[in-house]
Amino acid sequence: MERINLRQMKIGQKGIIQRVNADSELGRRIRDMGLIPGKEITVQGRAPLYDPVSLRIMGFTLTLRNNEADHIEVEVS
Amino acid sequence: MNATVVLAGNPNSGKTTLFNELTGGRQHVGNYPGVTVEKKQGTCKCDTGRFEIVDLPGTYSLTAYSLEEVVARDFLVDEKPSMIINIVDASNLERNLYLSVQFMEMGLPVCIALNMMDVAKKRGIEIDIPKLSSLLKLPVIPIVARDGKGKQALMAAVTETVGQRPEPLRISYGRDLDAALDEMEALIRPAEFLTPQYDPRWTALKYLENDQQIMDRGYRQDKITAMKLDAIVQRVRIHIAQTLDTHPEGIIADHRYGYVHSVLKQGVIRFFQDENRIQVSDKIDRIVTNRFLGPVIMAAMLMGLYQFTFTLSEAPVAWLEGFFGWVSAMAEQALPDGMVKSLVVSGIIDGVGGVLGFVPLIMFMFFGIAFLEDTGYLARMSFMLDRIFRMFGLHGSSVMAFIVSGGIAGGCAVPGVMAARTLKSPKERLATLLTVPFMNCGAKLPVFALLTAAFFAESQAQVMLLITLISWTGALLVAWLLRSTLIRGESTPFVMELPPYRLPTLKGLLIHTFERIIQYVKKAGTVILLISIVLWAMMTFPGLDENQTKAFDDQRSLIVSDLSREAVDEVMTLEDEKLTQAMITVKENLLQVDADQAGEALKNSAAGRMGRALEGITRFAGFDWRTNIALVGGFAAKEVVVSTLGTAYSLGEVDPEETGTLSERLRTAEGWGPLTAFSLILFTIFYAPCFVTVVCIAKETGSWKWAAFSIVFNTGLALLVSTVFYQVGSLVLA
Repeated sequence: MERINLRQMKIGQKGIIQRVNADSELGRRIRDMGLIPGKEITVQGRAPLYDPVSLRIMGFTLTLRNNEADHIEVEVS
Repeated sequence: MNATVVLAGNPNSGKTTLFNELTGGRQHVGNYPGVTVEKKQGTCKCDTGRFEIVDLPGTYSLTAYSLEEVVARDFLVDEKPSMIINIVDASNLERNLYLSVQFMEMGLPVCIALNMMDVAKKRGIEIDIPKLSSLLKLPVIPIVARDGKGKQALMAAVTETVGQRPEPLRISYGRDLDAALDEMEALIRPAEFLTPQYDPRWTALKYLENDQQIMDRGYRQDKITAMKLDAIVQRVRIHIAQTLDTHPEGIIADHRYGYVHSVLKQGVIRFFQDENRIQVSDKIDRIVTNRFLGPVIMAAMLMGLYQFTFTLSEAPVAWLEGFFGWVSAMAEQALPDGMVKSLVVSGIIDGVGGVLGFVPLIMFMFFGIAFLEDTGYLARMSFMLDRIFRMFGLHGSSVMAFIVSGGIAGGCAVPGVMAARTLKSPKERLATLLTVPFMNCGAKLPVFALLTAAFFAESQAQVMLLITLISWTGALLVAWLLRSTLIRGESTPFVMELPPYRLPTLKGLLIHTFERIIQYVKKAGTVILLISIVLWAMMTFPGLDENQTKAFDDQRSLIVSDLSREAVDEVMTLEDEKLTQAMITVKENLLQVDADQAGEALKNSAAGRMGRALEGITRFAGFDWRTNIALVGGFAAKEVVVSTLGTAYSLGEVDPEETGTLSERLRTAEGWGPLTAFSLILFTIFYAPCFVTVVCIAKETGSWKWAAFSIVFNTGLALLVSTVFYQVGSLVLA
């Protein structure tokens, strides 16, 4: 088990969200979409220029930019 | 039974489809008061009664993150609808119920329409509907929005529960927050703070969530209570930061999802396969957003949309042109010569024709865009292009507006500005719709064609490519400039759903397309007609005085002085082939006098005077008064630059498609050269959008301020670019 930043996750890697550091607008948006501690995510792919990243959570696909992914800490095995 | 019911739910949950199904296309589109968010309304007639249905904007939450969320929340609070039909995507239950919980916390009556049961089943998801209904204490009706299945049952359930006011749902937010909520509620109740619009505990919750909108309202109503509440929030905030190292917003979202999760875990939902298993959609995405294939497919899609729109709209545009040409000709014959005729033909008929001329374009363009949006591909385009557009303060979704406006030369800024609607973030949207007019729309092309044919005949293609590059660079740089000055602000988060690929319904696409057209004609049409008449007046009045008119009449008399009356009639009516060489010369001389007179009249008109007055400034960019008048005329439509130049150079009416004589004339005209020509090309790229675009900017931004800005700023920029180019060019070439 290792704790890393969402930005560092590789395509196809799974992990459990541990912490969301963002507050205010971005933080609210991230949480509203279900990115909260305890949820499992799988990195699905990256845009041609490596940013944004797309991931799967609760059965749907979500995208966010790398600098937004920075706020999310994930535990990966 | 008669009642107002709102339809609410997540984006991509099938909300619009259900709305169309319930109202049967009998709908009315307007805006929510004071904002540009669309408000759709319709009537649903069913066995159990008549319901007025309001389609709330699709949102994931009610936390006032986006304009849509603010609008949705305000509407629910202010209008107190007798029922919310909450459409919930069964294949995506947990996230969808997060919104439902927030309705329940507000104490609003909710009926859940559980959509896409078929998709859920295919994905191995089984939902125990009676259990869900009993745990949430509200009706849950399974439906399939696409074919209207379950519609009757849904409306029967609505009829049964409408008007009931359930107790607001109380979720436990953990010891610290619950205690704070109790304490705040005890303050709010006796002070009647923001009541009765808001439930006291809900207000307290919003304070903990640091909800700026509610806090501003509270402060305005009762400063003392507001400050007491702030103090409690501060205390809790610090306490939570110290003990749990997090924010109240975080805890609240966690507990809300926790509540949903706990409901689902009581046997409501069962997965027969991994919920994050790779679906067909994901397989498509692997190809469509692939690093190498993705951009290629995207380019092909954009070219396809482009071809589709401009090829298909060609014929209807020609029909409309033909029709208005015919009406013009009829009016020409029926009305006596004079001002009235000129007003009817050049002002009104051309104006109405101008308004309707865009309709086929808007129709096909929006059909295409709606198709890409409803299939889910548009979201993928934003995903792939976001990195590039973000560098200039724009958003991945800006691309559509740019392409439509002429990013591939030959588009049109009118549907382009309207296409900026697909952008949900207000700042990026504004920056997009202010910069798309720099693209090379179809109407600028005749101007470029004229000038390149006259001065860059050997390298026309290269110059056209250069023009495209200049307009893209200019647009992106201006967007960046605007986003770092006037429209400054954090970029809107890109936390966005990539909806599963779906086949859109034809009905949905058609309804969407016709809505756009009706809006354009209704909202923009009247203003466009008015401005068209004003422009006509500017190019016509005050006209020539008696002496001048007489001078031209005298010239005509002189030309025909030694011809008989019959001979003059023959010259005027017969085909050229039937005339002798001498008579053709007479005819040409007469036409030249007409052209000279038209040129003189234009010079003397309000626009002409403006052109001459501006020569003092524009000569630094290389433009004389003739060019200035043409540019003033170009505000009506860019291709008018060509025909007005023709009149100004006394060539009579010049058809923008046939510019041979004009380019010949310009090549030999005094003051013209490659330098002037390219300076004019630069000016044409950047100066004020045509007024139809300006009107659309006003309608889309909801403010004439930005419309005025686009005229003044763009013209200023164009003048600067052209002048610098001309001056530097003159120095280098000298």
